[in-house]
Amino acid sequence: MYTEQVMDHFQNPRNMGEVENADGVGEVGNPQCGDVMRITIKVDDDERIEDVKFKTLGCGAAIATSSMVTEMAKGKTLAEAQEISKKAVADALGGLPPQKMHCSNLASDGLKKAIEDYRSRHESK
Amino acid sequence: MEKAIFLDNAATTRTDPEVVEAMAEWLGDNFGSPATLYAFGSQAKQAIEQARQHVADLIGADQKDLYFTSGATESNNWAIRGVAEALEEKGKHIITDQAEHHSILMPCRHLEKRGWDVTYLPVDGDGLVNPQDVADAIREDTVLVTLVHANHEIGTIQPVEEIGAITREKGVYLHVNAAQSVGHIPVDVEALSCDLLSLSGHKFYGPKGVGALYIRRGVRIVPWLLGGGQEKKRRAGTHNVPGIVGIGKAAELARRNIGPEMERLTALRDYMIELIEKNMDDIRLNGHRTKRLPNNVNVSIEGIEGESIMLSLSYPTAEKARPVFVSTGSACVSGTLEPSHILLALGLPAELAHGSVRMTLSRHDTREDAEYALNALFEVAERLRAMSPIYKRGAKQCASGSKGEGCDCEAAS
Repeated sequence: MYTEQVMDHFQNPRNMGEVENADGVGEVGNPQCGDVMRITIKVDDDERIEDVKFKTLGCGAAIATSSMVTEMAKGKTLAEAQEISKKAVADALGGLPPQKMHCSNLASDGLKKAIEDYRSRHESK
Repeated sequence: MEKAIFLDNAATTRTDPEVVEAMAEWLGDNFGSPATLYAFGSQAKQAIEQARQHVADLIGADQKDLYFTSGATESNNWAIRGVAEALEEKGKHIITDQAEHHSILMPCRHLEKRGWDVTYLPVDGDGLVNPQDVADAIREDTVLVTLVHANHEIGTIQPVEEIGAITREKGVYLHVNAAQSVGHIPVDVEALSCDLLSLSGHKFYGPKGVGALYIRRGVRIVPWLLGGGQEKKRRAGTHNVPGIVGIGKAAELARRNIGPEMERLTALRDYMIELIEKNMDDIRLNGHRTKRLPNNVNVSIEGIEGESIMLSLSYPTAEKARPVFVSTGSACVSGTLEPSHILLALGLPAELAHGSVRMTLSRHDTREDAEYALNALFEVAERLRAMSPIYKRGAKQCASGSKGEGCDCEAAS
């Protein structure tokens, strides 16, 4: 059902946890659906993602996509990171079962929300 | 890989070696069709009739009232649709409950599309149907009450004897889906006062693809498969001789072992529940505490999701760890996004239903296996809870039932 990459990221999640004093926080999902993801980012002066971490409640696909999106986002500019799509995350994992694409692959939305949060904080300064 | 611990026996049990041996005789040279009159085939017919006797003995039935099928799903479909078709002149109303197996709910919904009225009775927080609700729901046009004996997911055993007395008095047929109970607890068609009863071989150490439907003599039901004259012209098709011999042997063994095995598994089940409640916070035992199958442990673990637990246990990261196979009522494994309708029928909020784990024991499982599995579960739950953004913080959010953002389950399902 799951690819080797999905199982690898599920069993050995990268960047799990919470960035201290995060510059941006994005939380998506709903416990009623079974998936909630929280992405926290640290952004440097050049607007690059210096650090990114996740915490996820969800199935194997939800945890694997969260882990993968943090790997893909690290070191990218905010503009580049914002372009990471659900499909790109799924492709990087060698694909996901169709029924997992919707609720279980919210990771890129979580990242986008964290970036938006950073921008709204930045603009308000 | 170390030897796996299989705790998904409500899904299927390991075929007993004695069953395999009995079946093997009918898989090789001894391939004659039981429908023929010459000796080569009539030996197969004798083997089928002997198996029928063993299965009938296990449920206290007359062997003449037992019909072999491909399993409980077929038996359930035949019971509901067969009675409906036979009695539609009398009335078009069926009673069941909200926590039934899909092989009951789907035929009911099929009939609804054809103009039938189906009452889906509620269950209480333990999954029990109230017999009075059954009595109150029976109408002039009711032709069938169909209920599970023991729920496949939460193990709750229904008060079928009481309900059987009601249906008997009111002159309504009672069908019992006993797929999970036959071979594990005493099942007697007379004591249950049922008119039809379904069972399945692979749930009690027999082979897959063979089951039976008990039909009390005189019950009006249309034939299920039309063709040859097999099964008294009610279920045509060449008999699955190895499978039928296998279910017969499994029934014979079950009858022999049922008492001590029930006692042993009940003690092991209660020990597991005690360990879980002692070692884990924020969990809920699903199903009735005592009116439950001896082999069923079902808990919801707050703050985490069932598929992740199931996957983590079945693919241990440590090299020498033993894989543990369990199941879950979470949506993710079913592909529908909706968690188990049974857990929802108990009144669980969706987030708790998503975090359910079902462990069902077999005659092969020891106390040591159970302890190993639970220790693995405790470790996995701790790891996943540490990863969860809502555990502890999420309790209020869950209780409020408020919709979050970013997930549109209704649109997706």
